[in-house]
Amino acid sequence: MKGHSAPLRSSVKMYLISIKQLTTHHIGPIDLSIKKSETVGISGSSGSGKTLLLRAIADLDPHNGELQLSGKDQLAFEPSVWRSRVAYLATESHWWGEIVGDHFNGDSEPWLELAGFSQEALQWSVERLSSGEKQRLAIVRQLIRQPILLLLDEPTSSLDSKSAARIEKMLLTYQQQMGAAIVWVSHHHDQLSRVSSRIFEMKSGKLQQWSTEELNNG
Amino acid sequence: MVNLTTLDLLLSSLFILLLAFLSYRHRVKLEKKILFSSLRAALQLLFVGMVLQTVFNYNSIYLVATISMLMVLLAGYEIQARQQRRFLGGWGYLNGTVAIFISSMATALFALLFIIEYDPWHHPQYAIPLLGMLLGNTMNGISLGMDRLTSSVWQQRRVIEARLAMGESADSAIRNLRDEAIRTGMIPILNSMAAAGIISLPGMMTGQILAGAAPLEAVKYQIMILFLIAGGTGLGVMAAVSLSAKRVFDSRDRLRLERIS
Repeated sequence: MKGHSAPLRSSVKMYLISIKQLTTHHIGPIDLSIKKSETVGISGSSGSGKTLLLRAIADLDPHNGELQLSGKDQLAFEPSVWRSRVAYLATESHWWGEIVGDHFNGDSEPWLELAGFSQEALQWSVERLSSGEKQRLAIVRQLIRQPILLLLDEPTSSLDSKSAARIEKMLLTYQQQMGAAIVWVSHHHDQLSRVSSRIFEMKSGKLQQWSTEELNNG
Repeated sequence: MVNLTTLDLLLSSLFILLLAFLSYRHRVKLEKKILFSSLRAALQLLFVGMVLQTVFNYNSIYLVATISMLMVLLAGYEIQARQQRRFLGGWGYLNGTVAIFISSMATALFALLFIIEYDPWHHPQYAIPLLGMLLGNTMNGISLGMDRLTSSVWQQRRVIEARLAMGESADSAIRNLRDEAIRTGMIPILNSMAAAGIISLPGMMTGQILAGAAPLEAVKYQIMILFLIAGGTGLGVMAAVSLSAKRVFDSRDRLRLERIS
């Protein structure tokens, strides 16, 4: 028995997040394991279940299956602790305070700069932010909480190519510094090929990994 | 006290007929509703008057308890009926009923046992009108508070989820909406207290004065009632809104909007 459980435990430890037989009403079963500092890309047509997968991993929607973060079961974490370590970034950001700084809790300086803002941005009124500014600031407000897994739902969808490149660079810098894993959902195959080591396609609620040939062809 | 005759009541109904006529003339299309509501109110009050007379004659604690429970159950139903977005599966009815039962019953019992101290304490002349006034006001506050909470949770669902995704607990993510709903439920009674005696003469006090009570005695009763209503409404609103705010989340702090219609 001992001889059987040891390799299992070590294989779990290899991965930052390990997802087994994840199902919700609309997606699954899904198995996916991601290593520290690894980025996994997910593409797929609208309505295929990409967002539902990210929401289930973030424990925002009810689901079945086994999710482990650094070998520890999801249910062993307080929900708020799980969502502090596993940061879900929705396509559209939502704000509740009047000024940007109301939503920030931590040292924002390096990340604000990398996202193209000065510290003054913290004093800006949320009302006057453009959709692109909101998207960039929403990423920063998640990063300063230092999550170890980022679930990014089309993080550059509202950005021009220059800003998108800046955000890509910032996220990869964060990943290098923190050893964080990233699940990156995007419709842009070229972006996924650039940032991810593995790419999956979501089809009818199930994940299919792209072959090396598909990866090379973009 | 000057006793009113049937003719007196018919004379007061002339204003209703005038209102219905004006509505018909100006095509406001409210005449049927005006006449129906007035007739319904008169019949309901006459029925209650007869019931109260019978209850007073018997003066039985069991009869008072039965009527009180019936009033509480009807108030719970009314709370649920006034919700634009209701909790599914009877939970909203149960929540409203439990909240109104605890708050109104607790304040009514306290007043009967320790303030009014009539012998017997459950005499229907005091117990029924006191509970009636408490239920009416508490029901209003609870239904306003619950309605505000469920509507604002529905409208702000994305914001609540954004806060959850930022690592906030369910309690923290909904706190401002819950507090706002409690304030909304408390506004009517706070307004009544602010206006009492200056802008409006409260109904109970006016009724006692018309019935021949000394104004200062009537005022003392009114002050007691206002305090009890404020306490009962506050307790009821806080209980109902807090329970509702917990119900919109599950044990993993996930927002469960499918629990609301």
